[in-house]
Amino acid sequence: MLEVNETNTPFPLKVRGLRFEKGHRTLVKDLTFEIDQGGITAIMGPNGAGKSLTLRLLHGLIPPSNGTICWGNLNEKEARARQAMVFQKPVLLRRTVEANLAYALSIKGRPSAASPGTLIIKTLERAGLKKRARTPARALSGGEQQRLAIARALMHKPDILFLDEPTSSLDPSAVKAVEDMIRRAHADGTKIILVTHDLGQAKRLVDEVLFFNRGRLVEQGPATKMLTNPESKAARQFINGEIVSPSEKP
Amino acid sequence: MQEIVNAFQTALSLIARADEDLIEIVVLSLQVNGTAVLLSSIAGLAIGAILAVYRFPGRALLLVLVNALMGLPPVVVGLLVYMMISNAGPLGVLGLLYTPTAMIIAQSILITPIIAALSRQTLEPIFYEYSEQLRSMGVGKSRMARTLLWDARYGLITVILAGFGRATAEVGAVMIVGGNINHLTRVMTTAIALETSKGYLSLALALGLILILIAFIINGLVYVVNRTAERLAYA
Repeated sequence: MLEVNETNTPFPLKVRGLRFEKGHRTLVKDLTFEIDQGGITAIMGPNGAGKSLTLRLLHGLIPPSNGTICWGNLNEKEARARQAMVFQKPVLLRRTVEANLAYALSIKGRPSAASPGTLIIKTLERAGLKKRARTPARALSGGEQQRLAIARALMHKPDILFLDEPTSSLDPSAVKAVEDMIRRAHADGTKIILVTHDLGQAKRLVDEVLFFNRGRLVEQGPATKMLTNPESKAARQFINGEIVSPSEKP
Repeated sequence: MQEIVNAFQTALSLIARADEDLIEIVVLSLQVNGTAVLLSSIAGLAIGAILAVYRFPGRALLLVLVNALMGLPPVVVGLLVYMMISNAGPLGVLGLLYTPTAMIIAQSILITPIIAALSRQTLEPIFYEYSEQLRSMGVGKSRMARTLLWDARYGLITVILAGFGRATAEVGAVMIVGGNINHLTRVMTTAIALETSKGYLSLALALGLILILIAFIINGLVYVVNRTAERLAYA
């Protein structure tokens, strides 16, 4: 059973002066922002803006060169235990669908008193994969693989779910199924922070947008404003479908 | 030409009637090779997994060393093991010289680097694929290594079979430390060498045919394992 101190909260997320350097290049430059619990937050921006890198920094997969990340009143270890991440290309074990879920249970323990078998069946039902339980995970379609990856990530009801372009290579029906899962997870109390290029998806799903360009946070605001009338030139160009030049200043 | 035909006929006859000497040599060979491969697999897979998952100072040097040891000359290994276990050597008191145990030790030293290097090559791409996801799930390095070993099981079976093939073909080291003693340490390869040198081609040829058969079986198994992995989409 995963032990979670319910009196503590990972919100607000406070990022101060976050910087990431590789060699002589600064890929993420002095990010300072806050994210609250409510709503789905999207990190948007052109390629090379530092979106996926920022997601990995927030999740603790890579250490920052400088700056701090504070998750409410939790320490780093507690915060990590309450997070999950799904990558652009879902990483599934070379096992059956149900064995992938069983593996997650074997790592973090059971999130409730229900037996592992019951938990797995419920999770498969929620992901629409019950009939595929015995199928090798890597034989699933792209959309099914992404749903399995999200279902596995949600098994322990994380407080925060990071999604790195979760629908970038899926067809519209698969995108809808994944977006439905994201909405349900959010409704169940999981904070979603996702990276997306898809303006349509942002309009359908997102409540708050952080717009990145050239490793910097250019603008942060509610999706209604950011996706219609952003203040920065780079964000305006991006939502108008114009090419954002890497050499242009935000 | 007639001599070769006669040798073939006699060889096939020895196999057909399951000649006692022939079977004894084949069984001992399989026992020695099988035990050596088992021990080498335990050590080699562990080394391969550690090299694939852990990052530590000197890892690059160790990689080069393991890869270099893949090409160890068997006679040199035989000589080194001989020096260790002969009466004058530090392990002479154990009385291992000219025993199947000595042959297993020499075989294991030869095969372990092969299994270690090939398993590292098999595991490392999967490590790069899994690493971020497993770290995200809170999986530690030790558990990660065990996860990789299980998920790469089909590829690793092929690696182990390659090690078995190498052991089956080995002659130099086991000749030196085993002594090729009849009914005690005579295995297929050393018996072939001896019988050929004596001009008794029939037994040598019969053993040669069995060796070739074993090679076919190993390659057949490798093929079946790879096809099974593809069919199950686990590869």
